[in-house]
Amino acid sequence: MRTAIIGARVIDPSSGLDQVTDLYIEGGKLLAIGNAPAGFSAETTLDAHGLIAAPGLVDLSVALREPGYSRKGSIASETLAAAAGGVTSLCCPPFTKPVLDTSAVAELILDRAREAGHTKVFPIGALSKGLDGEQLAELVALRDAGCVAFGNGLESFRNSRTLRRALEYAATFDLQVIFHSQDHDLAEGGLAHEGATASFLGLPGIPETAETVALARDLLLVEQSGVRAHFSQLTSARGAELIADAQARGLPVTADVALYQLILTDEALIDFSSLYHVQPPLRSRADRDGLREAVKSGVISAIASHHQPHERDAKLAPFGATEPGISSVQLLLPLAMSLVEDGLFDLPTLLARLSSGPANALRLPAGRLAVGAPADLVLFDSSASTLAGDTWFSKGANCPFLGHCLPAAVRYTLVDGHISYQA
Amino acid sequence: MTPIAAKRPLQLNDQGQLRHFLSLDGLPRELLTEILDTADSFLEVGARAVKKVPLLRGKTVCNVFFENSTRTRTTFELAAQRLSADVITLNVSTSSTSKGETLFDTLRNLEAMAADIFVVRHADSGAAHFIAEHVCPNLAIINGGDGRHAHPTQGMLDMLTIRRHKGSFENLSVAIVGDILHSRVARSNMLALKTLGCPDIRVIAPKTLLPVGIEQYGVSVYHDLAQGLKDVDVVIMLRLQRERMNGGLLPSEGEFYRLFGLTEQRLKLAKPDALVMHPGPINRGVEIESAVADGPQSVILNQVTYGIAVRMAVLSMAMSGQTAQRQLNAEEAN
Repeated sequence: MRTAIIGARVIDPSSGLDQVTDLYIEGGKLLAIGNAPAGFSAETTLDAHGLIAAPGLVDLSVALREPGYSRKGSIASETLAAAAGGVTSLCCPPFTKPVLDTSAVAELILDRAREAGHTKVFPIGALSKGLDGEQLAELVALRDAGCVAFGNGLESFRNSRTLRRALEYAATFDLQVIFHSQDHDLAEGGLAHEGATASFLGLPGIPETAETVALARDLLLVEQSGVRAHFSQLTSARGAELIADAQARGLPVTADVALYQLILTDEALIDFSSLYHVQPPLRSRADRDGLREAVKSGVISAIASHHQPHERDAKLAPFGATEPGISSVQLLLPLAMSLVEDGLFDLPTLLARLSSGPANALRLPAGRLAVGAPADLVLFDSSASTLAGDTWFSKGANCPFLGHCLPAAVRYTLVDGHISYQA
Repeated sequence: MTPIAAKRPLQLNDQGQLRHFLSLDGLPRELLTEILDTADSFLEVGARAVKKVPLLRGKTVCNVFFENSTRTRTTFELAAQRLSADVITLNVSTSSTSKGETLFDTLRNLEAMAADIFVVRHADSGAAHFIAEHVCPNLAIINGGDGRHAHPTQGMLDMLTIRRHKGSFENLSVAIVGDILHSRVARSNMLALKTLGCPDIRVIAPKTLLPVGIEQYGVSVYHDLAQGLKDVDVVIMLRLQRERMNGGLLPSEGEFYRLFGLTEQRLKLAKPDALVMHPGPINRGVEIESAVADGPQSVILNQVTYGIAVRMAVLSMAMSGQTAQRQLNAEEAN
């Protein structure tokens, strides 16, 4: 399959490339940028004048809901939604049923993802069996089955000694660990950021220290064990500062933030809308601003959707009885572009946080447009707009942005040179 | 991009009348005064030999209590009966939910029995909002207490108590003492007092029993009971649940009483004619001394009596606002 993409503004944040040029693809790889190689005859030519060509987006957390929660989503539906959002590579978290703590589950997910063919899927294995935080999962076997990193979700290890051992074991085999730092006891029973809004609504609070206390412990244990670590779903400005301090000390840790945390604050809860029920919670305006700064400076090098689709009933109850999470991977590119439109980031920085940043954090073979690299890319029109929900592939309609008019529209998503989504 | 679209206030109809009664947040002073005036007129009904008026004749009021209650439930029953409504009371905590039925389904079933008004008490903050928005928007939903969030009829009966004994709110100092953090009564009282123009609202509690950001209610915070009670006109004591002794909120009931319990001695710091109020049920010797609870300044039992009148006011006003909205909707449809 030979494809030519003609006349696009090609932006590759990792090499600094930003110019109007042509791309030539063969055998799933990017063959040339600029002039067509001698003898190249395209089977498919995409006229991309007026479009931006960027590395396909890399999303570090997309819950695919398979196996075990097919009422919420399927690998086919959620990877298609991701492709429509400009994503070519995604990581799926281990909280499936059964939990992703055996090779069999990893293989099942990879088989079905290949069958669906919409995006590349990189599973994140459970760090402990059943995510119980007590007994280690068979990490090496999981790695051999295709898991790229290991995490324990928000159910962090309550026992610091067990965590220390888990990190040392992972470090032995140079395995990457993903933290969602939240202190179990400080967060217990909480539903919303501990602040004026939660107090007003009578919702039990989750203090900022639920994140920072756990983060401080986790960072110290990372330093001691020497494990490769990535900190996911930061919610607080103070948390981002702790990461920045660690990086300044020379600790090679990376971090990501949920895209919705860069847009929303806890003030959105004021009508008790369960659409804004997420865990960890939406925090204050000052936290959001701090997170934006950290994204800008690169302390936070990745923006992820933290996509969590749900069936209708999961959100149809009083706030505290609903399941947390937002379905948003299909809007990843347009929602992120709203940050550029609002003047918060320049386009290359934003694209870096959505492609090379996350790919480097987990050492994924993705996130750049370079000759010889996989031809994973997104073509989008930055002057068009997307009516959120106009088309919707995710099984979860639990998205507070539905009905909003967002900037930019994805036109094509290509995975290994094949068109996986076309508007 | 603003994520929250401007919405019409959920509990008002297009003409600004009450159609649900979910919380005191966003209700204008005139509306609160109207509730108090209406309740005043119903107090006379309660004093008559025949205590009924026909305002809700032919209507069905359904009390759905997902949490235990004696006072609130019975006063809502009496209020509905005095308005000539048919009344059903369900203690759901002991029936449907234990069979796995969701809140949504329980209420839809009751709606199918042709109820007109739901009075709902639920342990989740926001439960009444959820019902009014997503389950039964065309019935009048009255919040009988939701989690820590709101107990608006209690708030209004407290305001009626204060107004009947003190005349107005403009020059009053009111102290609310005890477990503010977990109290929906305190939240509703702070909102009501602010809206009605009370210039000096004080909350008195240790830090463990105060919510973060309490300043947003326009109150002053005291950690010392003696300081906080100085020259106040009204003292509202809150009930302290026994489970607060767990998890480090308080060391013991004894220490709480020593520091924050209302005794005759301490009451002397307030104005001589200060009112003592309590939403009940009271814990004698935990937050309040018996001599104070039963003393001449206590209006705790008056609160119960006024509660019936306030609930009659809210039931009749919400029904009428909901009926008016239905007519508006029907006219628009034609």
